[in-house]
Amino acid sequence: MDINNKIATRQSFGEALAELGEKNNNVVVLDADLAKSTKTSLFAKKFPERFVDVGIDEQNMIGVAAGLSTFGKIAYASTFAAFATGRVYDQIRCSVCYPKLNVKICGTHAGITVGEDGATHQMIEDINLMRGLPNMTVISTSDDIQTKWATEEISKINGPVYLRLSRLATPIIYNSEEKFEIGKGIQIGNGTDATVFATGVTVAEALKARENLKEAGIDIRVVDIHTIKPIDRDLIVKCAKETNKIITVEDHNIIGGLGSAVCEALSEECPTKVIRLGIRDCFGKSGKAEDLMKYFRIDSLAIENVIKG
Amino acid sequence: MKVTNVDALRKIANDIRISIIETVYNAKSGHPGGSLSCADILTVLYFNQMNINPEKPNAEGRDRFVLSKGHCSPALYSVLARKGYFDKEELKTFRKIGSNLQGHPDMNKVPGVDMTTGSLGQGLSSAVGMAIASKMDSAGCRVYCLIGDGEIDEGQIWEAAMTASNKKLDNLCVILDNNGLQLETNIDEILDQTSLHDKFASFGFNVIECDGHNINNLIDAFDSAKQKKGMPSVIIAKTIKGKGVSFMENQIEWHGKAPSEEEYNKALEELNSNMLK
Repeated sequence: MDINNKIATRQSFGEALAELGEKNNNVVVLDADLAKSTKTSLFAKKFPERFVDVGIDEQNMIGVAAGLSTFGKIAYASTFAAFATGRVYDQIRCSVCYPKLNVKICGTHAGITVGEDGATHQMIEDINLMRGLPNMTVISTSDDIQTKWATEEISKINGPVYLRLSRLATPIIYNSEEKFEIGKGIQIGNGTDATVFATGVTVAEALKARENLKEAGIDIRVVDIHTIKPIDRDLIVKCAKETNKIITVEDHNIIGGLGSAVCEALSEECPTKVIRLGIRDCFGKSGKAEDLMKYFRIDSLAIENVIKG
Repeated sequence: MKVTNVDALRKIANDIRISIIETVYNAKSGHPGGSLSCADILTVLYFNQMNINPEKPNAEGRDRFVLSKGHCSPALYSVLARKGYFDKEELKTFRKIGSNLQGHPDMNKVPGVDMTTGSLGQGLSSAVGMAIASKMDSAGCRVYCLIGDGEIDEGQIWEAAMTASNKKLDNLCVILDNNGLQLETNIDEILDQTSLHDKFASFGFNVIECDGHNINNLIDAFDSAKQKKGMPSVIIAKTIKGKGVSFMENQIEWHGKAPSEEEYNKALEELNSNMLK
């Protein structure tokens, strides 16, 4: 992990999408008046004829994306995670997931790490909403390399996908040769004192905690769960059997997100005590992203404390 | 094969009405009122207007139809069966477990259904997406979308309408089934729906008004919409909810219930007598 080389996954997404547009003529992109923020503007600049800014009408955007997909288009519909999921839940449910259409919902600015905009824009329920939908694949990426891979990889899934992205610039974790696979978590380290399951912006925090804990003689492993649905049950069960403590950490409500998904897998196959770190069923608030991570106890220090405690 | 004879189209529309009543009666549930009000519109579209081939339900260049008021599936299924997309016998399975004919249309289960619908207000956005796609590909498809007048309470309809005019979707033709009633009451008692013509015109539509039960009127309206370039069209089709079955006409309670055996026989008797006229 290169702690000094930081990039927000929304930026990586925008760059990868513009590249994907060159490789695949069927890719079309929709945005709801936020292209500069979601970085779909990079695609729009290169391929204006395949870009549709519908305006500030997210419900309509999802339906238009669904209609485009019936003509063989791979429709990437992007806006802030709050509006890309919660605001349009029924449109995604009835016009995308039920008919299994080839629409990729790309929600940037997920979680409390949006920062200063505050609770209305800090989407901490999206994983819960999206993973509860039949036919939906849910991806939450942790760094630049993984996001660029995922942006292209989801175009190969013929069906609905939710891609969760962040505003906060986070360290580059992987090198460009890293191989990813939808549905497969990535185990970093072989420590047996604890496993920390993380996703999105919290993966870098878990890795920081891992380094810090080494100095105290505690050896943990981190598992990057980039695919929250379908979740990597085998890896979760393996880690539960091999390590002494199980922790989950996410920039999301502790209800219905990564922690819940890990608990569901373990309760069925290997009942294990799980400590869930996340937003504890309350709304976010304005502030600097780093300060909020500390406040809501999803930073490296919080992870270290539960492992030591 | 286009049916151009107006009497023949009238007979088909009457057959469709009979089929709607039979289908809802067999299912013991469904929505006869709004299905009957759009029977003539669907007949003209599928038998006279649309460029479609039941033997190739997924042909790329075909015209598309979106039943945004998805609860009127008995009308769509009856038309599709009559066109030969699937066996008429299948209509008897409507709304029953294991059937392809779900309460609301499922594009993955029924050949000829171009979009899954059911949650009101969403179909027009999908139709807009199809019309944009057709223009991107220069595919030359026309996209038809039937919306209800109760359905336009939904804000998403007006979002889609603004996109349609902004993108100059002259390959999109919206049909408003203006039967004047929604589930609870008269549409005007719920939300202000006066000046439908002006509302759509101000949203950038070419507005055509017609009698939604007059075959000639409907053909003229669709032909006129085809001629209009540079903007989408809407046909405001004045209709009667429950049209064709006198005791169902303009009666709120026939929005979503199945007839009893006695009512079923009475309805069929009336519709069959039309065939002799």
